[in-house]
Amino acid sequence: MSEPLLTVKDLHVHYGGIHALRGISLEVPAAGQVVALIGANGAGKTTTLRAITRMLKPTSGTVAFQGSEITRLQSHEIVALGVAHAPEGRGIFLNLTVKENLDLGAFLRSDADGIAQDLERSFTLFPILKERFHQLSGTLSGGEQQMLAVARALMCRPKLLLLDEPSLGLAPQVVERIFQVLREVSAAGVALLLVEQNAHKALQIAHRGYVLETGEVVMQGTGKELLASPEVRKAYLGE
Amino acid sequence: MTEFLQHLVNGVSVGTIYALIALGYTMVYGVLKLINFAHGDVYMVGAFSGFYISHALGVEKEPTLAKALAVFVGSMMICGVLVFLMERFAYRPLRHRARLTALITAIGVSLFLEYFMQLSGWFGPASAPFPPGPTPRFFPQPMSFETPDLPLGELSIQKVDVISFLVAVGFMLALQWVVYRTRFGTSMRAVSFDSQVAGLMGINVNRIISGTFIIGGVLAAVAAILVASSRPSINPLMGLMPGIKAFVAAVFGGIGNVPGAMVGGLVLGLAEEYVAGYLLSSYRDGIAFALLIVVLLVKPAGLFGTFRPEKV
Repeated sequence: MSEPLLTVKDLHVHYGGIHALRGISLEVPAAGQVVALIGANGAGKTTTLRAITRMLKPTSGTVAFQGSEITRLQSHEIVALGVAHAPEGRGIFLNLTVKENLDLGAFLRSDADGIAQDLERSFTLFPILKERFHQLSGTLSGGEQQMLAVARALMCRPKLLLLDEPSLGLAPQVVERIFQVLREVSAAGVALLLVEQNAHKALQIAHRGYVLETGEVVMQGTGKELLASPEVRKAYLGE
Repeated sequence: MTEFLQHLVNGVSVGTIYALIALGYTMVYGVLKLINFAHGDVYMVGAFSGFYISHALGVEKEPTLAKALAVFVGSMMICGVLVFLMERFAYRPLRHRARLTALITAIGVSLFLEYFMQLSGWFGPASAPFPPGPTPRFFPQPMSFETPDLPLGELSIQKVDVISFLVAVGFMLALQWVVYRTRFGTSMRAVSFDSQVAGLMGINVNRIISGTFIIGGVLAAVAAILVASSRPSINPLMGLMPGIKAFVAAVFGGIGNVPGAMVGGLVLGLAEEYVAGYLLSSYRDGIAFALLIVVLLVKPAGLFGTFRPEKV
């Protein structure tokens, strides 16, 4: 069997005295695969993503992408390898226009034709972005900002896309739209590592899922297995 | 009326200088949320660099345009390198510490520059003056090369002020272009909004921060040469007052805001000039602080500063 796309091994993170991640290990097996991280607030989902792209420094543990270790690289070097991260709270630069945000998504690319193509694809995925193209992104609604966040993350043609709560606080139609796009994106061969409060939606599109509790993986399996598991149904699906 | 116009000319001339220095404060604050209190002293080092370069080139014997350019470029380069080193070795190691730590370091860097430049034998005169202290030096006039006279009627406008104004405005327009029209400028604005997310775009945040410091240092050097060319007495503590006033100008315009610093500098220069002209010249310095207090009371975010509401 070939090397998994992303391997996280025994990751520990401390915030001051708080032991936030207590040895997380997980894998994103291959291109086009969707892996969901679910769990309650404070379980360590966001922290895991932030440690992978080095937005914070893990205390110990390793992260490897395509077989080579990236634990010690800086954020911008990790992006260059093909790992995009749409962070918690969307991370839109509200002081820049929609266009400038999308341009920054393609910051490391210099193929003008390819960028133009991907821009067109963003407009196909989210037509509202075309209408708002020259507006300051601070004037967008929350849902539009989330669409921009996903579109921007795709502008670097990632191999792996980390998404932090893409459905948070959005209207049901917008959530529907975003998940539809995520399905299309993964079908096109991009691997997704998805953190979601909306466990039901996340597990539906996930090939694999991990359940986090207080900084540890307490359960893992395929999306279907987790959806069917009584514990998950009770704790995260409100049954 | 002539008097009014004369004050206008003088105010704009002082104001553009404040604006140039204020830009350094505001841009560094924008990307790092750090008030670089050593910035006024970078301005001083700019003047001294110009002083030594002018002497080396023999400007006082025969001023030419080429020599003037050399003085400018040389001083800009020295200040650029100085602020690069300052950021790299004084501020970067403390970047993730409490903000107060960096602020105190900035004050330390400021004192270091002020007293380093007073080292006799190195920069000062060989024999120490009495009482000891910062010895003023006479700045040679790099801009006294031949230019045509200006027909202005009763207004007295020095050639050096005209050149000064044009150079300052030129640099500000160039900066505006860099910030809003280039890839570097977009990255800079992104880093200023959220440096971590900027890193996720593939932006090398450290490089952008270095670049921002360098632009600020270069503008301070330009301001220094322009000032020293019309008021030629320079000394190692000359950066204090302009530094504080430029800081006020930056806060007035909304710290972190580039056009705000330019407008803030001009408003401060004009206010000072009119107060000194029509009321009492001893209130000249007071007006800056009065302005700061009023701004902080009425509009704490400054003229163009904004608060960012978060959307859900």
